[in-house]
Amino acid sequence: MIKDVSNAPALREESEQRPVAVELIGVNKWFGKFHVLRDVNLCVTSGERIVICGPSGSGKSTLIRCINALEEHEQGRVIVAGVELSQDLKRIDEVRRETGMVFQQFNLFPHLTILENCTLAPIWVRRRPAREAEDLARQILAKVKIPEQADKYPGQLSGGQQQRVAIARALCMQPKIMLFDEPTSALDPEMVKEVLDTMVELAMEGMTMLVVTHEMGFARQVADRVVFMDEGQIVEMAAPDRFFDNPQHERTKQFLGQILR
Amino acid sequence: MSHSTVSGGARGGGIGAFVRDERAPALPAPAATIGGFGWLRANLFSTPFNALLTLATVALALLIIPPLVRFLIIDAVWEGADRDACLVSEARPVVGACWAFARDRLAYFVYGSFPIPERWRVDVFFVFLALSIIWILRIDAPRRDLAAWNFFVVLPSVSIVLLSGAKLIGLAPVDTTLWGGVLVTIVVASVGIVVSLPLGVLLALGRRSTMPAVRLVCTLFIEIVRGVPLITVLFMASVMLPLFVPPVWTPDKLIRALVGIALFASAYMAEVVRAGLQAVARGQYEAAAAVGLGYWQLMRFIVLPQALRVTIPNIVNSYIALFKDTTLVFIVGIFDLLKTIEVARADPQWATPVTSTTGYAIAAIFYLTFCYMMTRYAMRVERRLGVGLGR
Repeated sequence: MIKDVSNAPALREESEQRPVAVELIGVNKWFGKFHVLRDVNLCVTSGERIVICGPSGSGKSTLIRCINALEEHEQGRVIVAGVELSQDLKRIDEVRRETGMVFQQFNLFPHLTILENCTLAPIWVRRRPAREAEDLARQILAKVKIPEQADKYPGQLSGGQQQRVAIARALCMQPKIMLFDEPTSALDPEMVKEVLDTMVELAMEGMTMLVVTHEMGFARQVADRVVFMDEGQIVEMAAPDRFFDNPQHERTKQFLGQILR
Repeated sequence: MSHSTVSGGARGGGIGAFVRDERAPALPAPAATIGGFGWLRANLFSTPFNALLTLATVALALLIIPPLVRFLIIDAVWEGADRDACLVSEARPVVGACWAFARDRLAYFVYGSFPIPERWRVDVFFVFLALSIIWILRIDAPRRDLAAWNFFVVLPSVSIVLLSGAKLIGLAPVDTTLWGGVLVTIVVASVGIVVSLPLGVLLALGRRSTMPAVRLVCTLFIEIVRGVPLITVLFMASVMLPLFVPPVWTPDKLIRALVGIALFASAYMAEVVRAGLQAVARGQYEAAAAVGLGYWQLMRFIVLPQALRVTIPNIVNSYIALFKDTTLVFIVGIFDLLKTIEVARADPQWATPVTSTTGYAIAAIFYLTFCYMMTRYAMRVERRLGVGLGR
């Protein structure tokens, strides 16, 4: 898991040979009559960092929520860490064990301490001994730079700290893939950086990441590919240099014109 | 005037800069806002309406409290062997509460007709119950995990053996028809309280289940039971059940009433818990799902702790209502505290004009004390659980 990716930078050169982490083939989804995902195809290799952007309502959140089955896709195939998602609940659990998710609204468990937030799933889902889970949690909390908050409750922390706890909570499950759903959108401006820094650090370690965000600086800095979505479809997908400096599709140009002005 | 040059702004007039160069001294607060007088003014007489309410409350208290104290304490009869002590006589022109009657009948109020040589068993039960309750309710008590086992497994089984008897260990069997008074009230209330919460939680979860069959069964149960008066449930349990079921299968009358009350309370509890479940944000479910928690883990660790926390006031409200509803078992001939008082007050040996009032005063004090304790405990828990959750 974690140790596999530690030498990821070396593998990066021969990208064709890296294993596939997430694969979506012809995915369609409807909310009632509204066609929210339209024939989405996306293949993410292990260690790759993907930034997904697009106007609101374009289906980008729905897309990454389909990857850990928080939303159910209705057509097509979703294969995550070698497991194809279907109705089978066992497979959903298997996929969720291997994917960590960070939400816009943090969604920490308010009645548990920071440490308990981080150890609950490792103990009860991964069946780790409590001692071991705690050690790992403290280690990861140190990595996201809030080791001293371990015994506080989420409500006592700032937004930026809470979001870093949310990242730590996901990492404590030692996932292969991390999903970020607008992780900085609910933060005060001065707290955005501390969360982005944590994410950059994670990217440097070679974690496979799918990030829905409007932080274009982050996209330029760490993304291998930027995906632009509109009306439930992938409109354009390119390396960040090409995406920002030479967008091809009219809609992309218009969108970038709006947000980079 | 000034010891520094920067204060020139204030001196220079116009829109100049201002920098304070002297600390403003702390002055004592105006006398009208502090001390007893300040408190009175801020809390009791802040507005004309508030002042009016204060005066009305004081008047009401003057109207109620002195006669009550006079009846219950000053004019009360504390000693006496029979009704003569509590009758109006030349020596005693005004008679208050007849506590002599209460003292004489105390054992009956507590044990009912429980055989006198076996009453120590009831005492042991009371003590065991009280200790178990304290153990499980004290938040800082040691080994609370064991306390739960004790409360939900050891206590009920020991109590059954202790109260109804077991020939094997030399405890004479005592038929439940002999149980009565506080004993019955406490047994019925405890069983109702202890069973209704877990059962209510299950029903509430069932009603919110994604499985239509489970949802339908739970919804039907809740709606039917809630739609029927408790008296009807008790009548069905004690009168109608024996008509349909052969006598060998018919359980004891008290047990039938207990089951009826427990099911009835569960239906109400289910709706209380459901309200709490709805207060838990969707994000909590998603976050728990995202870290891989299964349904029961999600409920046990994430949803129920939060849901029950916000419903504590409502749960206690239901408990208090249930505690008082237990008096209805007298309808099916079970002698709870209120029924024993009813019987005792009609006893010619003690029949006086004040006997009934005294009896009901005892009931009022008993129920008030228990309900007040429940309220106080709930308030403490609420305050304690609120720590660290403030936003």
